[in-house]
Amino acid sequence: MQGILPYVLRRLLWAPLILFAVSFITFTVARFGPGDPISVAMGQFRDPEALARVRHEKGLDKPLLEQYRIYMWGVLHGDLGESFRFRDRPVSDIIFPKMWVSAQLGLVALIITFGIGIPVGVLAALRQGTWVDPASISTFLFFQSVPVLVTVPVMLLVFVVKLGWLPTGGWDGIFSKHIVIPALALSMPGIAGVARLMRATTLDVLKEDYVRTARAKGLREFTVVSRHVARNALLPMTTIIGISLVTLLEGAFFTETLLGIPGIGRLAFDSVTSRDYDIILGLTLVLATAFITANIVIDIAYTFIDPRVRYGRSAAA
Amino acid sequence: MAEADATAGTLGEETLGARHSPLGLAFRRLLRKRIAVLALTFIAVFYFCGLFAPVVAPRSYTKQDLDNVFQGPSLAHPLGTDGLGRDMLSRVIWASRTTVIVTVATLVTGGLVLSVSLGLLAGYLGGKVDTVIMRVGDVFFALPGLPMLILINATLKPRVVDQPWIKNLEDWLRVDGLPDYILIFGALSLFAWVGGARVIRSQILALRETEYVVAARAMGGSVWRVVFRHLLPNVSNIIIVGLSASLGAIVGTEIALTWFGVGIQPPTPSFGAMLFEGGSIRTLQAHPHLLLIPGSVVAALIFAFNLLGDALTDVLTPRAR
Repeated sequence: MQGILPYVLRRLLWAPLILFAVSFITFTVARFGPGDPISVAMGQFRDPEALARVRHEKGLDKPLLEQYRIYMWGVLHGDLGESFRFRDRPVSDIIFPKMWVSAQLGLVALIITFGIGIPVGVLAALRQGTWVDPASISTFLFFQSVPVLVTVPVMLLVFVVKLGWLPTGGWDGIFSKHIVIPALALSMPGIAGVARLMRATTLDVLKEDYVRTARAKGLREFTVVSRHVARNALLPMTTIIGISLVTLLEGAFFTETLLGIPGIGRLAFDSVTSRDYDIILGLTLVLATAFITANIVIDIAYTFIDPRVRYGRSAAA
Repeated sequence: MAEADATAGTLGEETLGARHSPLGLAFRRLLRKRIAVLALTFIAVFYFCGLFAPVVAPRSYTKQDLDNVFQGPSLAHPLGTDGLGRDMLSRVIWASRTTVIVTVATLVTGGLVLSVSLGLLAGYLGGKVDTVIMRVGDVFFALPGLPMLILINATLKPRVVDQPWIKNLEDWLRVDGLPDYILIFGALSLFAWVGGARVIRSQILALRETEYVVAARAMGGSVWRVVFRHLLPNVSNIIIVGLSASLGAIVGTEIALTWFGVGIQPPTPSFGAMLFEGGSIRTLQAHPHLLLIPGSVVAALIFAFNLLGDALTDVLTPRAR
């Protein structure tokens, strides 16, 4: 375990630098465009004098680097700025409640993804060489290929309009029927990846000596698979949770916009169209922080779950 | 089992004809997989239609026929017409042209050139070069991709459209909506290279110390020679597998951007715009073909790329299975 400490330290030292670069890139790109939030908000009836005055109040007439310095000074003091569109409400007040909605939805989708993907992967590996193996993987590969933009409207048509089983879009907490369509739409694309990795690792584990031993001592096949095979094959699955989070986030954009769910996906889209800089920046920073932290935590957790894993220079040689 | 025997048997045959390169052998093995051939055929037809859209499409994609709006499939319009009476078949074919341009351009700029060259350099040179490349990669990897792409397209577009040389290029190439294309694949490339470069770098790290590379270096081979003559051919399998996997993702991202209104702009036809027009629940209820036709073509294309990627992984990286 002593090899891991320098690795963790190095990762932790890099994290703020990466976030710094991320914020600078987002800041520059966001301010580079034509039109600013004030002129977008004023629409076609803008008055040049009023425009200049509000710009000055908000500090939008200062040089770019100066604006960035002021912004980052605020961020370091826990102030993500104020929204232009939402009548000067603090950005953090807007972002965090919406993140909570998206996180709940994402968690449910993640549970469905792994809940279906893992058994399918194990089944495919156990039936290697029969039609079950390619058929099961291809089925979910197909679900991965259909764009969310198609699945959501079709599910709305079938389950809401034709059958009347489910309510239309919106959000009503995690235990309402409203969550069925978005959770399905979000989880479908990820299942194939989970199933494929699970299949590959299960095939590797099946060749191990301890599996043969378990069979030889007369354990039931179910016990062999659940205790000896599946548990060991599950270890590498932790590594793809990070990738799954990215897939979820991208899917959330469409699902939330299409179904009117008040989460970050929809917020990000609305903020880009109205040039609400500080929301975009805050959102990018919070998401990047969450993403980097999640990946570091997963990497470190992995060394505890599987002590054979070693990070650092010696691994490359 | 039967498949393993078949492979063993044909391997014998293949070694008799010594003129086949390893990639040639892999290709022949690929052609023996039925699913892969089906996928490859579909992709080939799609790209053919896209490339030769002006010849293949029966009608113009902008020609309106307001007497025949929202028609279902018929002899005159095999896939029906849309809300302005435009022929859906022609619009699908022209939209595939957009997809072809975006995928090829993104692949050539970001997916291939950037990721391969940066991955090779970082892995082989190591040290400061490696650190700089991989840390820059970390930054792009941490940036939330889709929001950033939307942001870049929303804010940078007017500046690109106003450039006179782009207008000239557009006239010269006779591609409508060239600035949209340039922005989309430029922005996609920025993010597309990181994953590939990481995989290639880690392979190069292992290959760097092998005898034949050390020997090539000892004989005075320059960096370029060692990298392109000795290292590149040994990672070509990984590159091909990675490419086929990322193609489906590029198709999906183009649709996403256009759907959000920051990608390809009308009247240039694209699948993202068609999914947007057909996607509202009222339209879908009354005229399902407007969503289902472009939707199934896109789904089939991405599915074909995914199946091909799977088959290529089997053929090219036998140990990974």
